[in-house]
Amino acid sequence: MSSKMQSSSSMAQARLMVQQLRMEARFEGIKVSKASSDLMRYCGEHAKNEPLLMGIPTSENPFKDKKPCTVL
Amino acid sequence: MCDQTFVAATFGPCECCGKASPLMNIYIKTEAINYCSFCVEVMACAGLTAGESVASLKKESETLKKKLEEERGKLSDIELNQVAEKVEVLGALAIKTRRVLKGHGNKVLCMDWCKDKRRIDGKVIVWDAFTLNKEHGLNLPCTWVMACAYAPSGCAVACGGLDNKCSVFPLSLDKNENLNAKKKSVAMHTNYVSGCTFTSSDMQLLTSSGDGTCALWDVESGQLLQSFHGHTADVLSLDLAPSETGNTFVSGGSDRKSNIWDMRSGQNVQSFESHESDINCVKYYPSGDAFASASDDATCRFFDLRADREVAVYQKDSVIFGASTLDFSLSGRLLFAGYNDYTINVWDVLKGTRASILFGHENRVSRVRVSPDGTALCSASWDNTLRIWS
Repeated sequence: MSSKMQSSSSMAQARLMVQQLRMEARFEGIKVSKASSDLMRYCGEHAKNEPLLMGIPTSENPFKDKKPCTVL
Repeated sequence: MCDQTFVAATFGPCECCGKASPLMNIYIKTEAINYCSFCVEVMACAGLTAGESVASLKKESETLKKKLEEERGKLSDIELNQVAEKVEVLGALAIKTRRVLKGHGNKVLCMDWCKDKRRIDGKVIVWDAFTLNKEHGLNLPCTWVMACAYAPSGCAVACGGLDNKCSVFPLSLDKNENLNAKKKSVAMHTNYVSGCTFTSSDMQLLTSSGDGTCALWDVESGQLLQSFHGHTADVLSLDLAPSETGNTFVSGGSDRKSNIWDMRSGQNVQSFESHESDINCVKYYPSGDAFASASDDATCRFFDLRADREVAVYQKDSVIFGASTLDFSLSGRLLFAGYNDYTINVWDVLKGTRASILFGHENRVSRVRVSPDGTALCSASWDNTLRIWS
């Protein structure tokens, strides 16, 4: 039983795969050099605003350890 | 007269309908077609592209795949890390644990930041990240919550897991209110829910599942708006494209492929296959033009969508454990990846080198997420805690 099912579904699967590949083949890509330079530019533009990269002065870090203070 | 009798040399399963019957041995364009008489008639009458059979389709898919490889190869004129040689080297990163959130009785599998950057949701507890107070607690009927997400408005959370569903819980400030009563089951899959995220509004939910599909749901009615088929195994992760770039999302699965989908048409627009094992997590680069994936093959890979190929691999001989999660820093320069050897490796995205390792967890790191304003990283682990790093 299973082999009969396989032969008709493998036909359908093969057709679907060919259709998908045909669609992907139409894709127009750009060169890696252009894509990489765009990525670098994006990093450069946003790196100034990046707290994890630049580091924030401890006074402004909302997560800094709070020292316990006692009121005398 | 009687057109059913003919001399048949073979008897066996028909290549078209699968029924065992006398087969007519005919040749179309020098290719043997073994169909039963009924199917031959159907083929002749239907005017099929003559000679279409499993064999010819397979051949066509092979040639198409080769063509795709060639096209992609032509675009690969240089490596990302070569282009990035001009970029300054990163200084030493001063990141350490600032908070440890204990309160889960068991492994923490997932977490998400809220837009106003103060609350994190991890396996049903909503925390205030600054004061360490637990704001809400939710009980789910299923034992493993594998996915959770905060709504853009911050007023609801969605979670799902082994119960095959994804439910949305509205959050309220009234601590006495029983949140379980307001629960709404939105997504129904036929296998576990591995990932979920709200789209641009509170009204739509995107889920990925172990049943190999992703689906888009309307939260209010629970209706299935679109389903995405194409993975041949469990889908383990998904991520929505950053808003400026439109209605697409990426998904990664156990079939080692990551696919880009158009949410409106349900079409798989791009597909990438270069990992050697299950893809555990996928995440878009902040600009939306690229994404990275973390896999059990101990590597993280970076794919550019416009160049349609992998542009970087983040791996080291000393890193042998699978990566289960990853996230980009705000500018996209750093990639934080959590591994099954309890560490988080920080990679320089452009240069392809490791910038730092974060130690501290005592078991696998299951999820890392950078806060929306980029000031901190939260990691969730099987050691029952969440850590905040900055």
